[in-house]
Formats: sequence, C-alpha cells, structure tokens
Amino acid sequence: MGSVRRQVHIARPADDVWAVVGDPVTIARWFPGIVDAKVEGATRVITTASGIPMSEEIVTNDAIQRRFQYRLTAGLVRNHMGTIDVFDLGDGTSLVSYATDGEPDAVVLMIGGATGNALGELKRRLEGDRDLSEEEE
Amino acid sequence: MGRKILFVTTDQQRYDTLGCNGGTLSRTPVVDALAAEGIRYERAVPQSVVCMPSRSTIITGQHPSTHGVWMNGVPLPVDAPSVAADLQRHGYRTALIGKAHFEPFMDPFGRFIENSVARSGEETLPSRWADGTTGPHRGFDHLEFATHGAVGMLHYAQWIMANHPEAIGMYYSAIDALFNVNAAGGGDTDAPQVKDNPIPRDWYHTDWVADRTIAWLDSVAADDDWFCWMSFPDPHHPWDPPASEMGRVDWREVPLPAGYPTDRAERERILDAKPRHWRLWYDGTLVSNYEAPKAWVPATLTEDQVREVNARNAVECELIDEALGRVLAAIARRGWTDDVDVIFTTDHGELQGDFGLLFKGPYHVDGLMRLPLVWRPAPSAGRAPATVTRPVGLVDLAPTFCAIAGIAPAGTMQGRALPVDDADADARDFERVLTEWDSELFGVGVHLRTITRDGWVCTAYKPGYVHDGTEGELYNLTDDPLQRHNRWGDPAVAALRSDLVADLRDHEPAPHVPRLELEAPV
Repeated sequence: MGSVRRQVHIARPADDVWAVVGDPVTIARWFPGIVDAKVEGATRVITTASGIPMSEEIVTNDAIQRRFQYRLTAGLVRNHMGTIDVFDLGDGTSLVSYATDGEPDAVVLMIGGATGNALGELKRRLEGDRDLSEEEE
Repeated sequence: MGRKILFVTTDQQRYDTLGCNGGTLSRTPVVDALAAEGIRYERAVPQSVVCMPSRSTIITGQHPSTHGVWMNGVPLPVDAPSVAADLQRHGYRTALIGKAHFEPFMDPFGRFIENSVARSGEETLPSRWADGTTGPHRGFDHLEFATHGAVGMLHYAQWIMANHPEAIGMYYSAIDALFNVNAAGGGDTDAPQVKDNPIPRDWYHTDWVADRTIAWLDSVAADDDWFCWMSFPDPHHPWDPPASEMGRVDWREVPLPAGYPTDRAERERILDAKPRHWRLWYDGTLVSNYEAPKAWVPATLTEDQVREVNARNAVECELIDEALGRVLAAIARRGWTDDVDVIFTTDHGELQGDFGLLFKGPYHVDGLMRLPLVWRPAPSAGRAPATVTRPVGLVDLAPTFCAIAGIAPAGTMQGRALPVDDADADARDFERVLTEWDSELFGVGVHLRTITRDGWVCTAYKPGYVHDGTEGELYNLTDDPLQRHNRWGDPAVAALRSDLVADLRDHEPAPHVPRLELEAPV
C-alpha cells in the first residue's frame, strides 16, 4: 500500500480555503492536469490533460471537519483514497493536507506528485485573491 | 558564422563499450575516428548516476544539489538555467531530438511539457526562462522526443502509432502491471529486461533519432549556427534491439566481463566489504531505488545472462555508432564538417554484470561512474588530438558549449570548459569531480557524496534507511581498477581518507532552495 502526503500553508482563512476545496466541481480550476470535472450526486468524473476520463466516488464532504475524501473507482489504481483536510491555524491562515493512499505504490506516487503541484496552484491562486469558488465554468 | 555543435548522448553506456577505450565487444569505428581526430577523456564522471539528475546537470551546468533534481521523478523547473537558451539567445538554432527526460515520463495528468509537445503539433512550446523572459521550452527551437519503447505520449511513440502500430507490442514492456520496472526475462537465457524484438531496424528508435536529426539539419540554412542535441535512448535497458541485428554478436562467445567475479563466494565477500545496501540488494532484501526491477534478485543472475545482456548491449552500441555515422555523412553533404564540433558522451553507466549486478543505483563505482566522453573540435579550430587523463565532469559540458560558441558561460554554471589536454587540465586545476546520490522512496532513504581525485574515488554516506552516516567506500583506481577492495576502514590510508572527505565537504555545491518535490517514480 502506497501512501503519500503533501501539504501547504495558505495565507487565507480556513473557511475561504474550504469554500474551494469543499466544492468538488472547482478542482479543474486549481489542479494542474485536470481540465474538466463534472459532478452528479456522489460521482465526480474528471478529465486529465492527456484526455483520460477518470470516475471518482465522493466519500466524505464534511464542512464541519473541513475534510474532503474521494476514491478513484476505475483506472490505474486500486483501493484508492484521496483525502484533503483544511486546518484552521487560528491566525487567519490555513494548513491544507492532501493525502493519497492506494495500490500500486508507483501510481500512488504519480498521483501524489500531482497533488503537491495542485496545492501549490491552490495557494498561488487563493493568495492572489482570486475567488476560485465563483469563477466562471 | 561561428562553430556549430553536434552534441550526441546515449543513455546508460559504459566507458568500455567503445573501441577507442579498449572495448572489444562492439565495433564503434565512427566514435573511434572522432576520438582519433579529437580529445578522448579517460576519467569523465557524472554528477549523478541516474538519468534525470544527470541530464539536468548537462543542460544547467550545475550539480544536482544546486539544480535541485535530486532523484529521478523530480522535475527540473521549466525556468532552470539552460545552455540551450543561452545559445539560442545568441542566435543559434537549437534542437533536442531523442530522449530528454528533464521531466517525469509517468504523467497521467499530462502536466509536463515534454509529454505534451507531440500532441500539440507544435515544433516547441513556450515556457519561462531563467531570466524571467519567455522562450522556446528550455531554449530549444525544435523538440522531438523518444524513449525506450513505443508506448506513451512522445513523438516516436506517436510516429509508431500512426505508421507502424503493429510494432508497439514488439518492444519489451519496460514497466510491469504494477508500474514497477519489469523483472520479466526473455531471450535465450531468461535475463531480465531482455526480449527478442522483431521490429525492422529502420523503425527502431535509434534509427528514428538519426533520421529526425538529419531531417532537422536539412531544415537549417547553410550559414546558420546551430546546436543539435541528438540523444539516443539506447543502450539503456530493455535490451531488445532489432532481431535482425542479433547476429552481430553471439552471446555464447562473449567473455564474462572483468568486473564479474565468477566465484560466488568471492563475489559475496567483495559485496560484504561494501556498505550494507550492496549485499541487501544482491540478496533481494532491499531494492532502494526505482531504477532496478523490484521483483528481480541479483543473486539469481547467471553467467549466461551476463553474456547475453552484454551481447545485446554491444549490438545497441553498434547501431548507435552507425546512426551517428549517417548523421555525420549528412553534415558532410552540407559542407559543414570543418566547422562542426562533435561531443559524444552518455548520462551515466551500467553495472552490466559487475559484482554480479545489473542496472544502476546508489553504487558509485566505475561501471556507473566512468563514462565515455569524446570531443572532436571543429577541424577549422586546428586543435591537436589529445587524451585527457585528469578527472572532468558532465557539469563541464555546458561551459564547453559556451566556449565553442564564443559566449561567456552563465554565472550560474559550476563547471568549466573541458580541458583540451592534460597540460590545460593542470593549468586550470582540474583536480576533483563530485558525484551525488539521494533517493527517498516509500520510507527508504539513501544518500551518498563522492569525490574522485588523485586516482582515488571516495564515497561518504549520510544517515539513511540502512546507513548511520559512518559508512564509506574508498578505492585506489590504479591498484584496484575494479573497485573490489574497499579501503574505507584501512588505517594505512586513514589520513588520505580524511583529506578526501574534508575536500568533499569543502566543495559541496549550494543546495536548491526550496527543496524540490518528488512527483513521480521516473
């Protein structure tokens, strides 16, 4: 079982960060390599820049804990779980953790690497005062 | 009009695979002739023994610590220094054809430019340069990529898909179903990463790289200055050259390499005198890096498998030599020969049976560290042929390209233009070369720092998964050319060891800040 965790400090309140992370359709705006996301109930289908569609099951979307979890249900990875947590640091800023677990290890590392890149983009855009939750589709 | 530069790299090629370096298995008359007319380096050392860090050193002129690509899977930032950008800025036409690998191949999200150029249909794509401007990706006007097979998003794979789709499955599958380096065996001996490949020779990636290089050169105006990096994916595993060429070297007649201790007990005694991860890998207990098949146990390697791998490797080296010959003929037809500098080298070596091992990893010995390097200066420069015995590094290539072009090397470069003979090397203090290894994969960390100086190679280990930071390796390259006798703990050379380690520490390159993240296995 592979397990990769990435994290980033964002100089924005946790509620602002959660407004983006907790809205599953916004992922295509801050995750480099995901060019489209469609959500229907507990299912999200993302499309990567290389043209690969991937179906995901939304497992947790908890605004109180500020935790979002999803599972890739097809493709390269088995027993996948992606977990994004937004922590309020109490000083108007946040820590965002993005964990990827699953098999095989090498694929988890590929996905985990991309999540680190995504957190960097999330920080860049949120600290740049761009309200990702209200961007046009 | 200045001097033009043909920079030729192979992938994972040993020093002793060239005839000019004493090799007898593969016939390499083209490179041998370049060496006879030019400068042959007897101690060219990489700054890393795996692809991405080493290639990043070549293009930036920096050590891995500084450019930040500390292991395979860490992408070189798009705005890292690039000698190609420096040359392009000064009017050179620039191309990179073949294997790049500054960015990970394993890219399901299609995030990296190297993996998207072919699909874009563009000759290159814009990216941010080190000076804050925007220009062609890493300074190359023209990009055409290939790697070790016909699957994926690169130009060669797209070409095979469009023109010869039946060839896709002819290659060995370098990656298994679990996305690990494949351990499956093939050929006559069931050696790992070996397959009989029925692909016609002119569809094989070596000839494709040469064909595309010739096509690009044909597009360049007669009086343009140009820098062309022709980068062959071979002789890196998998060892699956076209079956039609296998008659060149009969593996049954291949002698076992000098580095292969035939007596098992002796082999294991040698390994036991090295730091622990050597024997742990040999026994299949610890595979510390991604570059070797996780499911393969080196202790199972047979003499016949060593012979077959070496035979196939030799065939691949011959095909490269012949492909280079075709490119040089094309250059001659354009009337450019007198004004073209040719530099031939590789990114790192291959164990190829040494110590009973194959592939590569955190093992700083000649199999991986002693590289072929030949520089044939433009005949118009009037440089005398020479052999350089002093240590030089791949970090010296970027400033060499600048010197050939007549431009000042960027201040970010850490190497110096290659010496043209030993007197030049001595005059400019070419005394030491540094090599680094860092890997951290699922909790297993290995960290080595090596200095090559005064005929010795000295490796100091940092704390890691199986090392406490006191381990090391020390070899006398003259008395012990196969590095079988680790003298790290020998009191007779304790003072020398201390001096080498102190020198190593004094010259450690500045680290990249912030540390770059590992983003893929490779």
